[in-house]
Amino acid sequence: MSTPVATRPFAVAGVARTARVRRYGLWLAAAVVLLLLPQSVRTGTAIAVMNQMGIAVIFALSFNMLLGQGGMLSFGHAVYFGLGGFIAAHVLNMAGRGAIYLPVPLLPLVGGLGGLAFAALFGSFSTRRAGTVFSMISLGVAELMAASSLIFDKFFGGEEGITTNRSKAPLLLGLEFTRDRQVYYLIAFWLFVATLAMYAFSRTPVGRMANAVRDNPERAEFVGYSQHRVRFVSFCAAGFFAGIAGGLFAVNYEILTAENMGLNASGAVLLMAYIGGIGAFVGPILGAVVFTFLQSMLSDYTGMWLLYLGILFLATVLFVPMGLAGLLMLHAPVWRARRVGRLLGPYVLTGALGFVAAVGIIGLLEMVHFVAAGRTGTRRLFWLVVAPRTLTPWLGFAALVVAGAVGVRWTGPRAVAAFAEASRPGRP
Amino acid sequence: MFQLIFFSILNGLVYGMLLFMLSSGLTLIFGMMGVLNFAHASFYMLGAYVAFTVGLHLGFWPAPVVVGLLGALVERQGLRRVHRFGHIAELIFTFGVAILVEEIVQLVWGRPAKSYQVPAALDFPLFRVMSSSFPAYKAFMLVVAVAIFAFIFVILTRTRAGLIIQASLTHPQMVAMLGHNVPRVFMIVFGIGSALAALAGVIAGPVLGTFPGMAQVLGSIVFVVVVIGGLGSLSGAFVASLLIGIVQTFAVAMDVSVGGALAAMGVHVNTAGALHDLWRVTIAQVAPILPYVLLVLTLILRPTGLFGTRET
Amino acid sequence: MTPAIELSDVRKSFGATPIIRGVSLAIEAGTRQALIGPNGAGKSTLFNLITGKYPVTSGRIRVKGAAVTDLAPYEINRRGLARSFQVTNIFTRMSVFENIRCAVLWSAGYRYSFWHRISAARAVNARAETVLEQLNLTARRDVPAGVLSYAEQRALEIGITIAGGADVILLDEPTAGMSRSETEHVVGLIRQITAGKTLLMVEHDMSVVFDLADRIAVLVYGEVIAHDTPERIRANAAVQEAYLGVPQGVA
Repeated sequence: MSTPVATRPFAVAGVARTARVRRYGLWLAAAVVLLLLPQSVRTGTAIAVMNQMGIAVIFALSFNMLLGQGGMLSFGHAVYFGLGGFIAAHVLNMAGRGAIYLPVPLLPLVGGLGGLAFAALFGSFSTRRAGTVFSMISLGVAELMAASSLIFDKFFGGEEGITTNRSKAPLLLGLEFTRDRQVYYLIAFWLFVATLAMYAFSRTPVGRMANAVRDNPERAEFVGYSQHRVRFVSFCAAGFFAGIAGGLFAVNYEILTAENMGLNASGAVLLMAYIGGIGAFVGPILGAVVFTFLQSMLSDYTGMWLLYLGILFLATVLFVPMGLAGLLMLHAPVWRARRVGRLLGPYVLTGALGFVAAVGIIGLLEMVHFVAAGRTGTRRLFWLVVAPRTLTPWLGFAALVVAGAVGVRWTGPRAVAAFAEASRPGRP
Repeated sequence: MFQLIFFSILNGLVYGMLLFMLSSGLTLIFGMMGVLNFAHASFYMLGAYVAFTVGLHLGFWPAPVVVGLLGALVERQGLRRVHRFGHIAELIFTFGVAILVEEIVQLVWGRPAKSYQVPAALDFPLFRVMSSSFPAYKAFMLVVAVAIFAFIFVILTRTRAGLIIQASLTHPQMVAMLGHNVPRVFMIVFGIGSALAALAGVIAGPVLGTFPGMAQVLGSIVFVVVVIGGLGSLSGAFVASLLIGIVQTFAVAMDVSVGGALAAMGVHVNTAGALHDLWRVTIAQVAPILPYVLLVLTLILRPTGLFGTRET
Repeated sequence: MTPAIELSDVRKSFGATPIIRGVSLAIEAGTRQALIGPNGAGKSTLFNLITGKYPVTSGRIRVKGAAVTDLAPYEINRRGLARSFQVTNIFTRMSVFENIRCAVLWSAGYRYSFWHRISAARAVNARAETVLEQLNLTARRDVPAGVLSYAEQRALEIGITIAGGADVILLDEPTAGMSRSETEHVVGLIRQITAGKTLLMVEHDMSVVFDLADRIAVLVYGEVIAHDTPERIRANAAVQEAYLGVPQGVA
């Protein structure tokens, strides 16, 4: 029947060993990629974007400690990011004046401790309940802090915020951080350390219980754990790592304003984590990278990048609630069975039709923007020159939308069936 | 002094009733479907913008109708689909809708505020007390808000449809077993709630301002009202709306510093300490935070709110 | 000897409705006892009172001699009392193995540790594997608990209850909805895991009750009308009346 426990350790250990080697290999590969990444780009903007991504990844991962791991939806997570950043900025200023000795590489830790302190303060009552009440408290705290920023002028710097200078701080081992590329390595270092730490946290007793409290808080109490305490520990940890991201932000941009701890920033990290997939550890990493990439790329072409991201978010919520990572994991059995080839055809077809519809929608929206802004004449759109005040481009894009939508409707079921067929266990 | 108090009470009442117009719809939707509709204030904003755009040509009534239909559509095509993923997914969905509506409004109408004017017919002072006058338009707002309250009350308690809605509030499955199309009831309630929010926007647009951030500003306060009053309780929403409305209106009128006010009550604070910024600032400047302080206090001390019976 | 569970004039009302109307009961340590009674008698409510889910309206509850009347569920659980639920109450998104492991963590002393690697916690993992064996769920080890069959979930439910090594075990209708063979299997499992411990179970299946229980308590309308050995309960006129409506012997 079932193998007796005594003989199993060897088989289990063998499997565990290969899994462990594979996992260590992944971390090693990630470290190598992080080290070599700057070599693969040529422009300074690319480095700046990578810095932005690095900070966003840490922030999004810390957010998912609450949502994906702990089942807590916070609308005010940026409070700890921002407060960590403000504290780090003030400390950096103090270090620049010579009041204390703190080199730049240690600054994110200061931010982390700041985030931790405030998370402990607000978390003491926020985590008493989960669900909608928790979300409402987080919203209330965020609004409270936003309004407080106008009152505590010295700490928040009023409208202009707090500026700082990373080249004034004392040096550690002679390491300078005057250029973006040097800051990149600092961010990459903390990114690696923070990600490792957050992953390790999920594999500790309290990390496992955080999942349990997420799934069934009542039962967790009946196996000896206070759901309030477990959530509180998660909340403090999440605030710590958010503060680290905030500290890196302070070093990278050398300015913090109340916007950085406001509702828009909190909303952005929710979008990042959800689009990437809150059910997998790598989800928020994917989401932060995609979000930052789209944000920086799209803002070059259109002023409406937030609208597009909002549409993407809503589409994810409605149709792909598992997020990008979840979607990829769904295809894991297909990959393992080496049947990906079968999916290529139907997926490309449906994908292309979807792309056609998307082009149409973007075209229409851009033209609406053009007309609503009161502009006349022509503009470049998808390598064409269109005159939004005439009827033809409207009909054209509308036709694309209809054709694409109808096409997706027709070919979609075939793609779904192909997927179901390919993920069936057993011989092909 | 009397003048200040008199007008503060009146203005507070108007503001409070406006908050109630918004929070009543939100409470109904929450009570019935268990979802706190983040996009509720977005419908308020849409009502103001639509009324601003078509008001002079088609009148003001198309706005609530159009937005109400939009709300019903959102419920049917969106909310219903995410319902089975749980409350958090629903909350995230309505959050996404709120973002989308704000961006679309910016897209179509632009970022600067619109000069949505009070209609000329109502733009006169109703009465004068000493040196200040009370605009007729505000009295109109008050009348409409009271009328809406009465309307909802009568519909819910005296009509058959209202009874079905009330029953669906607590026992949707039983009501479904009795043969009623409960999903349709939900959609109708959502649509009506959205229409009410839009109506509030139509009326309040001229007074509170018509700009893309109006949903965020008022939406947060409406959440505070709903939570303090008690999730799911209409009477709680009513009391909390008036409470917040009057407290905020009074606070905005007070030019005393926080430290001074506390001293007048016998509480002496260290004006040179770490929080010295807080004590020096006037109550009027602190007014925006007051609702959130009340929110956090309520959630700590009495999570079910003043009259509420459920927490989630 | 101190009773494992002792209730002294426990009363519970929900609003104006009294559900438990003065129950005084002592469950001796090391015995297997059953709590039976018609539907609505208040059996699950009594369980909820003992385990801390509901506060009592009045009265005292002691577990192993210590007062637990107003303690939170996790505090009572830490004193060595564990319960299962009538409606399966598991961690749906975690694997079967993880479900059981979570139930072992506190008693193994890990508390809110974030400095231990769970994969290195050998005693915890070994204990979880052992319980998995006992439940015959080893083959389903890595399956998310939410996709198990009903009987497997009921077995997991019991597993979570006993994994922590509690010595006072409360089972709420462990065999509800099971077939004959499944019931027999579960009875064997219960007998095995409660050896040397105190068991109090709510059951409707009389064959299970008479098979396992050393003593039976009968709860009717919130009051214990009899607490005795199975044979004497079987012959008790008041019990018969409560179940059958008329005293035996009357046409």
